[in-house]
Amino acid sequence: MAELDTSSGGGHKKGGVKKAKKLSTRIDLTPMVDLGFLLITFFIFTTTMSKPKTMEINMPFKDENLKKEDQSKVKESTALTILLSKDHRVYYYEGIGSDATNPPKVEVTNFKNPGGIRQVIIDKKAKVEALIRSGSLGATDKTTVLIKPDYNSTYDDFVNIIDEMSINGIQVYAIVDISPVDKEFIALTEAANAGN
Amino acid sequence: MSRPKIARKSTFIDMTAMCDVAFLLLSFFMLATKFKPDEPVVVVTPASISQVILPDADIMLITVDAKGRVFFSVDNKNIRKGLIQDMNEYKGLGLNETEMNSFAIGGSIGTPFNQIKGYLDAAPEARAAYDKTTAGVPTDTSVNNPDNELAMWIRSARNNNPKLRICIKADGEAAYPSVQKIIATLAGWKIFKFNLITNLKAVPAGTFAAQPASTAAK
Repeated sequence: MAELDTSSGGGHKKGGVKKAKKLSTRIDLTPMVDLGFLLITFFIFTTTMSKPKTMEINMPFKDENLKKEDQSKVKESTALTILLSKDHRVYYYEGIGSDATNPPKVEVTNFKNPGGIRQVIIDKKAKVEALIRSGSLGATDKTTVLIKPDYNSTYDDFVNIIDEMSINGIQVYAIVDISPVDKEFIALTEAANAGN
Repeated sequence: MSRPKIARKSTFIDMTAMCDVAFLLLSFFMLATKFKPDEPVVVVTPASISQVILPDADIMLITVDAKGRVFFSVDNKNIRKGLIQDMNEYKGLGLNETEMNSFAIGGSIGTPFNQIKGYLDAAPEARAAYDKTTAGVPTDTSVNNPDNELAMWIRSARNNNPKLRICIKADGEAAYPSVQKIIATLAGWKIFKFNLITNLKAVPAGTFAAQPASTAAK
């Protein structure tokens, strides 16, 4: 550029030995810097864009080979059973629904807030805490949630409900396969709601 | 009354220092960048509040797309090589060295064993086209079922690297049974701890998780 030909005294010849033209060693670095920053921008964007995709949930899982009596150790009064069904519907009842002669009251809700499943979990937790204070439950008893996803629920529901567990601080929860009894509960509730 | 002359300064700035900085940063970002591995299918993961960051190495990735198709992948090239060699021997796939290398440097695999040879022989474009129509790795709820090919992949991969952390990356729209099959398969191998890859969402205000750690950690 401009400074490249400033050192020599122009094109005048005074005879004698031709002097070699002294060139400036300065190089204009602007284009190089431009290029450097362009690439930096590119790499900044590619790195930050792929980062948020690496989040995870750790899920505890029960051993399925446990004895039957170990599996149903959950106390009726601490338990909340949540059934996931189609169209992101959530059915729930208190207890574990083991008493066939006295079927639990199954209700339906969804993931919307407020008024969704979160409120149900919070209420249940408060109830268990009240029972612990009153002494009808031991101090070590914790709210236990049984999650039973039906076959027409989606993975989205599944992650949402596990997420609700961590949102509401439920430490004990289990993912259980849905039983025919639970499916019947869903069908009955659906029929009852359709009548309204 | 002579006005003091303001010395004319050159507008030329020495760019060397700036250039140095630029390239220093450039080399940093180039080394720090980890490109997204090319995935055979687009998966939109559900969001959760979990902030645990996935480790960089020793990952077994089980991808489930919206239609419930299962893809299997292991991150390390050497482990992939060992894995396909074991599989070749165990299932009698009849793969040659080139095909095994092509597996080692490839991405997620979503082919049944009987099509794997043809798949590894094919050009990358043909493979991408195949991935759009494949039924995925066959899975089942029981590890004893000989058709549960995912179970064999998992066992072989764990034999090659016992430290593997198992990650399930499923689409939010995927039906639960397709995920349940994978969970059951893992349970069959006595794996009860695994990760679900999710997006991050904000912790809802006023909930248990939103409390400061001192009060929440009880």
